[in-house]
Amino acid sequence: MLTFAQEAASYETLDSNATAVICCGVTKEFGRGDGKSIALRGVDLDVAAGEMTLLVGPSGCGKTTLISIVAGLLDPTEGEIHVLGQDLRVLKGHKLVDFRGANLGFVFQQYNLLPALSAVENAAIPLIALGIKRREAIERAGELLNAVGLGSKLKAMPSQLSGGQQQRVAIARALGHEPKLLVCDEPTAALDAESGRVAMELLRKVAVQPGRAVIVVTHDNRIFDYGQTIVHMSDGRVVEVERGNA
Amino acid sequence: MGWVAIKMLAGDRTKFFGLIFGVSFAAFMMSQQVSVFIGIVRRSASQIVDVRDAPIWVMDSRIRHLDEVPGLPATDLTRVRSVPGVDWAVPFHKGQGLAKLANGESRSVVVMGLDDATLVGAPVEMLAGELADLHKPDAVIIDKAGYEYMWPSEAKSLAREGYRLNRTFEINDRRAIVVGVCRASSPFVTLPLLYTRFSQSSRYTPERNAMNFVLARAKPGENEQEVCRRIQEATGRLALTREQFFWKTIHYFLASTGIPVNFGITIALGFLVGVAIAGQTFYLFVVENLKQFGSLKAMGVRDSKIVGMVLLQGLVVGFAGYCIGVGLSAGFFTMTNTMTHLAGLYLRGEAMVGVAGAVAAIILFATFVSVRRLLVLEPAIVFRG
Repeated sequence: MLTFAQEAASYETLDSNATAVICCGVTKEFGRGDGKSIALRGVDLDVAAGEMTLLVGPSGCGKTTLISIVAGLLDPTEGEIHVLGQDLRVLKGHKLVDFRGANLGFVFQQYNLLPALSAVENAAIPLIALGIKRREAIERAGELLNAVGLGSKLKAMPSQLSGGQQQRVAIARALGHEPKLLVCDEPTAALDAESGRVAMELLRKVAVQPGRAVIVVTHDNRIFDYGQTIVHMSDGRVVEVERGNA
Repeated sequence: MGWVAIKMLAGDRTKFFGLIFGVSFAAFMMSQQVSVFIGIVRRSASQIVDVRDAPIWVMDSRIRHLDEVPGLPATDLTRVRSVPGVDWAVPFHKGQGLAKLANGESRSVVVMGLDDATLVGAPVEMLAGELADLHKPDAVIIDKAGYEYMWPSEAKSLAREGYRLNRTFEINDRRAIVVGVCRASSPFVTLPLLYTRFSQSSRYTPERNAMNFVLARAKPGENEQEVCRRIQEATGRLALTREQFFWKTIHYFLASTGIPVNFGITIALGFLVGVAIAGQTFYLFVVENLKQFGSLKAMGVRDSKIVGMVLLQGLVVGFAGYCIGVGLSAGFFTMTNTMTHLAGLYLRGEAMVGVAGAVAAIILFATFVSVRRLLVLEPAIVFRG
C-alpha cells in the first residue's frame, strides 16, 4: 500500500502546457473586527506548467500571501485553490505536509539554509524528508550542486559561501526531489545585480521544464524578462496578466 | 532527520555549551547535595549499623533516637535472657564523656561499653592493635577519625609513622590507654568513638544505670520480630530489630531537625537553576531557529518529526549534562574521601537515579516549552523577509 507521500509523488507528469495552479475567487483576511486586514480580494489566477510565471507588484499588494496559499502554507478565507489537480481545501494535517514535500520546491529570499549543515547536506534535506536514505540523498544532492556550478563547494558551510552561491544551493535544494511546482520568493532581493542575473539564468535553465510550473514573486523589474507570464498585483487583486513575455 | 537535529544543536556552540552547563550544574548540585544529605542522615544511626553481631536492640520504651538513651536497671538483662526464643543477650553502654589530653586540651568523646566477656558490638576492622587488647586494664580502642581529631598534629605523619599506641589520656579523671585504632562509621556529631569494656565504661561516664541497651539475638529459626514482641511483652521495654531501630532514629532526625529543609532548599535551587538555564537557553535556541524549522515544515517535514528532532536535541543535552554533573559529583567525593570530616560520604545510587529523573524533568520542561512554539509555528513564516 502506498503512503500518501508516494501517492502524491506518483501524480502523472503535467503536460507542458497544462494548468498547474488554479485560483478562483481567493480571499485572505487577517485579524478580526477593527484589526482586520484584507490581503487578497478575490484573486483569480491560472499558472501554466512548463513556464516561469512572475508575480509582481508593490510591497503589501498580497504577492507573498498568494504564494503562501498556493504552496499550502496558509489557508484561504474564501475561494478555491487547485494545485497540480488537487483541491488543497480537502488536504489537512500531515496529508497536506506530505503533498508539499512530494510536489513543491521552495526558494526563499534569505535562502534559509541550515547554518550547521554543509552545502550538500542542505541540498539533501528535501530528499531525506521524503524518506530517501541519507547517503543516497547526499549523493543526489552532490550531482545537483554540480549542475548549478557548485561542485567544488559541496562541503562548504553556508557562512563560507557568497549570497549568490547560497542561493544556488537553495535552488539545488528546491529541485532535488523534482517538484512539479517551484515557488520562489524574491530570489534576487538579497543579491547584487550580477548574482541575481546568474540565479535567474539558473532557474530558467534548470528549473523551467516541461511539466513543472515555476512561480517567482518579485518586485525586481530587472528580472521581468525571465518570465513567460507576468502577473501584476495591486491591493490584493490581480490587475493585469501579460502572457508570452519571454 | 536525527543527524540534522544534532548538527543544528552542536552548530550553535555557545548555546550548546550553555545548555550542557545548565544541566551539568543542576545534576552536580542535586547529586552532590542529595548524597551528602543521605550520608549525614545515615550518620545519625551509624552506630546501629556498626553493631553487626546483634540483630535485636532492647531499650527504654520512651526512647526517640540513638543518642537519647536513659539507663536500664541491670535486672532487665536477666529478664531479656529469660524470654523464650532469645539465644543470648548482653549489656551495651553508650554515653558521652570529656577526655583530657596530656597537653591539657579537652575533647568530647562518645564511649561505647561492650560486654566484658563477648565484646559484642566491637568494631569489625582494626587499623592498629588487637581487639583482644581491650581486656587489658584501662584499655580503649579509638576510631580513625577520632584519633585524628584528638591528636591532629599527628594526622599528616600517620602514613609514615603509624598510630602511636599505648598513649594515655583521662576521661572523668580515669586513665584510658589507647590499645588500638579501628575504622568506624562517622557519627552524626563528629566526636571520637571510644570502645571499651562495659565494666570500664561505667567509670568513664558514671550514671546510675550504666546499661542503656541490651543487645540480643534470636535462636536459630526464630522470627526476630516475634522475639522482639515477646521481649516487649515480658519486660515492658522497647525491643526493635536493627533495621527498625535504624529507621526510627533516621525518622526522628528527618522530622525533628532542619536538615531536610536546608538540604531541600539547596537541592530545589539546583533543580530550579537547571530548569531556568536549560529552559531559557533551549527556548532561545528554538526561537532563533524558527525560520529553519519553518523551512523544514514547508519542505514537507511533518510536525511529529520536528518534535522528534527537538526531543532528540533535549536527550543529547540531558544525557551529556547528566554524565558531566554526576561525574563531577563522583570526582568531588573521590577527592574528599581522604578528608577525615568528609570521609564516608559518597555518591549514592539513590541520588543518581533521583537526579536522572530530575534531569529528565528539566529536559522535558525545556523541550515542552519549545515544542509548543514550534507546533503553532505557521510555515508561512519562511516567506517573511
